[in-house]
Amino acid sequence: MNEFADAHRLARRTILKGAVAGGLAGLGLGAFPFPAFADADAKEWPADAFKHKSEADTLKALYGKTAEASDKVSLDAPEIAENGAVVPIAVASTLPNITGIAILVLENPNVLAAAYKLPAGTQASVSNRLKMAKTSKVVAVVESGGKLYSVSKEVKVTVGGCGG
Amino acid sequence: MPTNTIRVRAVASGDTTEVQSLIRHPMESGFVKDSKGQLIPAHHIEVLQFEHGGKTVFTALWGPAVSKDPYVKFSFKGGKKGDDIKVSWVDNKGESDSLTAKIQ
Amino acid sequence: MLRKVLIAVALVAGSAQPLLAADVNPQADFKAFRAYFAKRFPKVPLNDFVNGPYSMDAGLRKQWEAIDAFPPYEFAIEQGKKMFATPFKNGKTYADCFPNKGIGVRQMYPMFDAKSGQVITLEVAINQCLEANGEKPLDYTKDDMASVTAYMAFTSRGKPMDIKIPNDPRALAAYENGKKYFYTRRGQFNFSCASCHVQSPGEHIRTEVLAPALGIVNALPIYRSAWSSMGTTTRRLRTCNSQVRGVPLPGGDDNYRDVEYYLSYMANGLPISGPGTRP
Repeated sequence: MNEFADAHRLARRTILKGAVAGGLAGLGLGAFPFPAFADADAKEWPADAFKHKSEADTLKALYGKTAEASDKVSLDAPEIAENGAVVPIAVASTLPNITGIAILVLENPNVLAAAYKLPAGTQASVSNRLKMAKTSKVVAVVESGGKLYSVSKEVKVTVGGCGG
Repeated sequence: MPTNTIRVRAVASGDTTEVQSLIRHPMESGFVKDSKGQLIPAHHIEVLQFEHGGKTVFTALWGPAVSKDPYVKFSFKGGKKGDDIKVSWVDNKGESDSLTAKIQ
Repeated sequence: MLRKVLIAVALVAGSAQPLLAADVNPQADFKAFRAYFAKRFPKVPLNDFVNGPYSMDAGLRKQWEAIDAFPPYEFAIEQGKKMFATPFKNGKTYADCFPNKGIGVRQMYPMFDAKSGQVITLEVAINQCLEANGEKPLDYTKDDMASVTAYMAFTSRGKPMDIKIPNDPRALAAYENGKKYFYTRRGQFNFSCASCHVQSPGEHIRTEVLAPALGIVNALPIYRSAWSSMGTTTRRLRTCNSQVRGVPLPGGDDNYRDVEYYLSYMANGLPISGPGTRP
């Protein structure tokens, strides 16, 4: 059976908005009581890429390129999802210098489900859980050496994953 | 602002650290109707970030098709037992949460 | 085997005689039930039955293992642990209502309470605890109840189900009523619980793979992907009723208590696997 480890929790940062955040620019770290790490920034979110209905348009918006099929990208997804609301999907690749991974669900209302940025030193392997509205081709795309490579697999969904 | 939404398990093995994270978040797609027939507005994490040693080691850009109470697993080189790993997220409503945990 | 059981129940139900304690034989039922599933699924290890549809289908099992690696019910367990530690207005806590402070006791429920003559399920015990201490009872189907039972189930993980049916005509009658409820057809679809979970485990009903009745209560409460939320035993039973287009009963209803009593006794010896995830 599964255990879960307790996380050691430090004080959470306070949300700073507007004027104070803007004033950070000229200050050296340590002058204010903020942690040295910067938090997740909504500005990184590629809003446009999440709006498209086709693989080609999505990849163009996200990476500015198209993908070629590769057998060096692996996509682990069930043949028949137990429930479309929670479909465990994993992507991995043996290609070199991978900087990004994206997962598209072609029959979803918007095709891009998730995209991941992998800095140097981070492995080319991601597991996540996605919603699928209905039976669909799932496409895993990997950005390696500035080019895109993909693999796809059909996942059958018998109960819609979006609350239907 | 939501609090205490992040669970993380980071385990170092050799020179690699495997990180798993589970986050309590409704991840509303915006396509579901409530009992009155009104669409429940989209409410989902947009950016999820993991940092170690002052560097970002992984960034997730998520849309509404990521499952409720989302999960992610990845691995990075570096990190040893006792190091801090920081997890933070921000969603489409501007809400956020963060957590610093120790690598086991 | 099923026919024998069904005929026995039909005879009992149809007879004009009052039900005698001597007619009720849980031990014999237990043996027959166990033998039926062992014969039907010789390759399934006994303890695996508690994993429901995952013991029946390899594709589903793989997805379950992926989700169970870091399961969404963890939040419910934590919430339950917090609720357990939070005193009521009178200073007492849930621990004061249960043996062993409520830790590692889930496998004893449902239990027969001789004083009240009632079958007490874990959910009923929790609400009786609250009411005895001047607190409002929890909704039987909502997250708070699921959180407390998730925590209690978690503290009993791996312990064998340990249900006692004392030689008390009221307890035997409740057990027999639960068995009768389980085998009685109802709803527009005219299905009994047995139609799916004894006749057709491992098979598909539309798109879902049916769980075997053996050990079917051991994983409760569950985080269902279909709900993307937790479900108490009551919530699941009510959904089962609705799914056959029958009338769901309110939480704490005798029929729900009794059918849980029956199914839990049938699962004696099988490990508590809850809280669990399900499709």
